[in-house]
Amino acid sequence: MTRPGKPKNAPAARASQASSPVAAPEVLEKVPSGIAGLDTLTNGGLPRGRPTLVCGGPGSGKTLFAVQALVRGALVHGEPGVILAFEDTAEDVAKNFASFGFPIEELIADKKLLVDYVAVERSEIEETGRYDLEGLFVRLESAVRAVGAKRVAIDTLETIFTGFSDEGLLRAEVRRLFRWLKDHGLTTIVTAERGESALTRYGLEEYISDCVILLDQRIADEVATRRLRVVKYRGTSHGTNEYPFLIGEDGISVLPLTALGLAYPVSNERVLTGVKKLDTMLGGSGYYRGSTVLLSGTAGTGKTSVASHFVDASCSRGERVIYVALEEAQSQILRNMRSIGVDLEKWVKQKSLMFHVARPSAAGLEEHLVRIHGLVERHKPAAVVIDPISSFETTGLKLDVRAMSVRLIDYLKGLGITTLLTYLSNPAGTEETQIGISSLIDTWLSVRDLERDGERNRALYVLKSRGMAHSNQVREFVITNRGIDLVDVYIGTEGVLTGSARVARERRDEQDAEDRKRRMHARMQDLAARRQTMQAQIDALKAELAKEERELERVIERDERRETWRAGTRERMRHSRFGNNDSSSKRP
Amino acid sequence: MKLSKATKKGSATKPRKAFRAPRSRAGHTGTPRETRDARDVWQLRLYVAGQTPRSLLAFANLKKICEEHLHGRYRIEVVDLLKNPTLARGDQILAVPTLVRKLPPPVKKIIGDFTNTERVLVGLNLVPLAESLR
Repeated sequence: MTRPGKPKNAPAARASQASSPVAAPEVLEKVPSGIAGLDTLTNGGLPRGRPTLVCGGPGSGKTLFAVQALVRGALVHGEPGVILAFEDTAEDVAKNFASFGFPIEELIADKKLLVDYVAVERSEIEETGRYDLEGLFVRLESAVRAVGAKRVAIDTLETIFTGFSDEGLLRAEVRRLFRWLKDHGLTTIVTAERGESALTRYGLEEYISDCVILLDQRIADEVATRRLRVVKYRGTSHGTNEYPFLIGEDGISVLPLTALGLAYPVSNERVLTGVKKLDTMLGGSGYYRGSTVLLSGTAGTGKTSVASHFVDASCSRGERVIYVALEEAQSQILRNMRSIGVDLEKWVKQKSLMFHVARPSAAGLEEHLVRIHGLVERHKPAAVVIDPISSFETTGLKLDVRAMSVRLIDYLKGLGITTLLTYLSNPAGTEETQIGISSLIDTWLSVRDLERDGERNRALYVLKSRGMAHSNQVREFVITNRGIDLVDVYIGTEGVLTGSARVARERRDEQDAEDRKRRMHARMQDLAARRQTMQAQIDALKAELAKEERELERVIERDERRETWRAGTRERMRHSRFGNNDSSSKRP
Repeated sequence: MKLSKATKKGSATKPRKAFRAPRSRAGHTGTPRETRDARDVWQLRLYVAGQTPRSLLAFANLKKICEEHLHGRYRIEVVDLLKNPTLARGDQILAVPTLVRKLPPPVKKIIGDFTNTERVLVGLNLVPLAESLR
């Protein structure tokens, strides 16, 4: 480390730069910024050992950005830091950011952070000749040395332009300051007020060529959204869009929910849907735990009812659930679901079900996200219902809504939370969501109206269900006062019949069957009757035969008796006549 | 280096000695003006960063002005920030050279190499004093 050359010792200064090992690194090293989500955006963070300019209007979060990067650097990344505060005293800085949970006072006590309040008051200073800002350099260097700083925040450097009048000299000194910071390998965040025509009021962006980040707060549709843009980042690819960011309880987060990519763990466990027949349709055991279920349908198709059944089933299993209601009040949902026999109130009382009721327009998309994020952190649910996710469409640009939905889905999936999203689709019935999240969905149920014969009936399909055998059948969806029932639709020669057409058809079928049965019965009876008649005839004939037989036997018996008698008589006569036996034998 | 060191050491101590003698004398003579002047101890602290030509020039200019307007009633303390960097925080030093008038109150601060004598006099509130002396 070399001391910075003063302007008059320029050659020496240049020589020291040339020998400095960090003056011209081959590959730009990056250091985690400590701002949630920014590292993803910039593929790694802020340029290591180089200054980064953070500019923005008043209240855009510049100072927070700088302080957060320093505090996180010291806390998480083991990089002590120095904050040159031109606007607040060290006590004020500690106080102002205590609400974000930044332990500034502790860090200062542990010598991991040093806040040097640099007061610039023009009124007190008379300029009597040539001068330079070596005092600032000395202070910075002594501070950096005191804590072994790797990071420096300068908030707001431009203040020196109000304190001194020699702008030419100030510019030279600013240039020298940045060179000095670079030579010392200090990752620096310089904040600056946004100018009217340029990025900064005093054109500081001229001196910082490595990384410039613009913070902005804009109001669209009465909703204020903070946005961040990486204006330039030399030698690296970075997201060029404007990214919404939030100032939440933990400070700034650019993607409030860290981008998880697609490396989340998957579960083979299944969870019942709360509708028995729906379980059957999904291979018999319901949704996969941690999957994302989309329930799309037009107005009044019973999306909330299906969702409530799932909530009820989850809570019955002893799981915790968050119900994000975006269009209905909690009491209204409770009442409506009670009317179909689903009692959600007891789960609310047992604190296993938490309602989060929010109007989509009440806050920016990001804020909604962060609120849901916070709820999930606190409540630790096994399932989340968002009813309906489509209502976000009214609040923002389609792209924003999609980005937000993706992040939300990613986030919940990453935590293994089963997510049920309802989606109000347009009556045209195109099987795609306006916000284009269909491809992220694991199980997609579609509830549709079927209009026929002057009535509307609901039909439920499983549009897709990844990783499980699922029914390809349409089920008629009937809401009763004991909950949802899925009925097999009538599929026959007349096509798919639902509602009263199905009922009529079924009645007719029933009647036909009845008729057939009756006819059969009649025939059987007929047969029985005939059998009886026949039997009777047979019996009569048998009786007659028996009678004849008996008569015949009697005649035979009589004849035999008579014969015997006659023979006896003859014998006796012969004996009486003293005749011989021959005569008797000759007798016919 | 040798020269500057000598100058600095001398400057830091000599005026003090030069001042102390007149004060005690003034106390003895007891003239009202001298008594008041004696109480008006001008304590000046000059912050520099290293013995650069500019800091030497600043010191020379300052000494000249003081000799002229505050002869025998001033004391200059030179603080080299390179040796005592932490002192810069106390007086909120950014620019060097900076001269802080510790006494008489209020605390005044002027910066530069003091080549513009007029501004030095204004900055140190010496002009009215100088006029009243005349």
